[in-house]
Amino acid sequence: MNVAVCVKQVPDTESVIKIKPDGSDVITDDLKYVMNPYDEYGVEEALQIKEKMGGTVTILCMGPSRVMETIRTALAMGADKAVHLDDPAFEGGDAFATAKTLAEALKGIEYDLILCGKQAVDDDLSQVGQTLAELLGIPSISLIQKLEIADDGKSAIVHNQVEGGMAVMNVSLPAVLTTQKGLNEPRYASLPGIMKAKKKPLETKDLAALGLSSESVGCAGSKIMITKLTPPPERAAGKIIEGEGPQETVPKLVQLLREEAKVI
Amino acid sequence: MANSVLVFAEVKDGKVKKVAFEMLSEGKKIAEKLGGDLSAVIMGQNVESLAEELGHYGADKVYVADSEVLKEYTTDAYCKVLADLIKANEPAIVLFGATILGKDLSPRVAARFEAGLASDCTGIGLSDDGKLIATRPMFAGKAYADLSFSDSKPNVASVRPNALPMSPPDESKKPEVVKADVNVGPDDIRTTVQEISKTASEKADLTEAETIVSGGRGMKGPENFKLLEDLADVLGATVGASRAAVDAGWRPVSDQVGQTGKVVSANLYIACGISGAIQHLAGMSTSKYIVAVNKDPEAPIFQKADYGIVDDLLKVVPVITEEMKKLKAEG
Repeated sequence: MNVAVCVKQVPDTESVIKIKPDGSDVITDDLKYVMNPYDEYGVEEALQIKEKMGGTVTILCMGPSRVMETIRTALAMGADKAVHLDDPAFEGGDAFATAKTLAEALKGIEYDLILCGKQAVDDDLSQVGQTLAELLGIPSISLIQKLEIADDGKSAIVHNQVEGGMAVMNVSLPAVLTTQKGLNEPRYASLPGIMKAKKKPLETKDLAALGLSSESVGCAGSKIMITKLTPPPERAAGKIIEGEGPQETVPKLVQLLREEAKVI
Repeated sequence: MANSVLVFAEVKDGKVKKVAFEMLSEGKKIAEKLGGDLSAVIMGQNVESLAEELGHYGADKVYVADSEVLKEYTTDAYCKVLADLIKANEPAIVLFGATILGKDLSPRVAARFEAGLASDCTGIGLSDDGKLIATRPMFAGKAYADLSFSDSKPNVASVRPNALPMSPPDESKKPEVVKADVNVGPDDIRTTVQEISKTASEKADLTEAETIVSGGRGMKGPENFKLLEDLADVLGATVGASRAAVDAGWRPVSDQVGQTGKVVSANLYIACGISGAIQHLAGMSTSKYIVAVNKDPEAPIFQKADYGIVDDLLKVVPVITEEMKKLKAEG
C-alpha cells in the first residue's frame, strides 16, 4: 500500500491570534507553528498501514520554507519521502486552489490511498480532502475512526463518524479519507527517527514543475476571498454569584437565567 | 433560474433539521434582493410529506428527491442528485447546513462546479453586484473573516446551526412541490453503507445543541459525569467535555468541545470544572449565555462567563438539577 498524506503547517492551537489593524491578515510575527493536529492522525495511520502491509508513505506539504520543519517531523515519525510544494504563487489560496495544487502534485506520485486531516485548525474550511477527491475523480469518506484495508488493497472497510453514531462503509480504493482524533494515537518522533529523516528523499516542486498556470493556484485561483478579518466580539466578564454554598448561590443563578437571560 | 437561491434541507430521523429553516429565513431575504425565487431540496426515502413545512419558512418551491438509493446517506449519491438539480436550474446561491453531513457533501458539490464554498458561516448576505458575501469564524473563533466570491457559479455556503435568526413559520404558505430526478446507477456510488450504529442518545449533536452542559478536569473522574447527564436530562441539553476530560478517557472524542474538537454555539453553555484553556474558549465563546462553575476563582473561564459560581461543582451541579426540576414542575 502506497499512502500519500497531505499535511499542513498551522499556528499552534495555544496561539493568541492577533489581526493587523487594517484587517488584511493575521500578525504572524510571534506565531509558533506546528503540524495541523488532525494531520498527525493521518501520518500515524499511514505508518501503521505501512508497518502491516508494506509500501511507502509520502508526505505532501505546501507552504514557504518554514513548513520544512513540519515535513521533517513527519519524516522523523517514519514517513519515507516528502514533496514540498513551494512557490510564492501558491500563497493565499482557498481550499479549492490548494486542492488543485495537491491534485496536480499527486499525479507524479503512486498512491493507493490519500489521507488528509478533517480540517486545518487555522482556516477551519474543512474542504480540501473532499475537493481533492472530486478533482482526482475518486471517492472520499470524512471523519474516519477506524480503517481496515482489504488484503488485496483494492478496498477498505471504514468506520466514520455520522450524526449520533458511527457508520461502517465499504469504499473502493484509491480514495481520500479524512482523519481526526479517535483514529489512533500519533507517535512522537524518536531521536533515531530524527537523524534518519535528514537523509530521506525530499523533492521541492514549484509552479513550473507542476505545469500549472499562476492564475489557477493560490490567491489568483481561489473561488473565495477574505475581504476583512476582525477579532471576535469581546465578552464582558460577567457576574460572580456570591453566597454561602450552593443552597444560596444556585437559586440566584436560576433566577438570573430565567429573568435576565431568559434562556430557561 | 440564474437568480434563485437553493437550500439543501437535510432530513434526519424523519424530520427536517432546524438549520434548514434558519437558512430559508435568511435565504428568503437574499432571494428577494436577487429578484429570484427561493427553493429547497429534500432527499431520502418517503420524505415528500416534509416538503410543506419548508414552505412555511419561505420556500417557493421544494424539490423532492425520493428514492431507496437515498435512504442512507452516501456522498456520491447525494452529490450526483444535487449536481443534476443544480445543472438543470442554475441557482445563483446554494446553501447547506454546516452539519456533519453538510460539511461532507458541500465541498464535493462545490468542487464539481469549480465553485467557491464558504464553510461554517455565521452570517450571509448579498453584495451590491449580486454575489453572496459571508462571515465565518477562523481559528475556531479566534478571528472572523468576511468573504467575497469569485465569478464562479453557484456561490456555495455552509451555515452554522443556531447562527442565523429564524423567521416565525407562516402555515398559510404552501410551496410548489416538484419531483427531482434521481439518476443514480450502481456505478455512481463508490462507497456502500454496511451498517449504521447509534452511539449517542437522541439528543442534538453538540454543534447544533441549544443547551450544553460541559465538564472538564474538575469532574475528577468519568463517574461524576452522571451529575451532568442528570442536569442535561432536565434541561434537554447535550453533554460536552473539555479536551482534558477526553484525553483522560472519561468521555468519547465526539464529546470534545474546542479548537481540536467541536466548535459550538449554544444558547446556554454550562461549563463545570473547566478552567478555560484558550482552545476551549475559542470553541464555545459564541454561545449566547455562559455559566461557569469552578473552584478556582482565577480560572480564565470566568472571564468569558456571564454568570459564575466559585465552588465545588460536585456540590453545585446536583442543586442546579434540583432547582431546574422544581422550575419544570411549576411549569
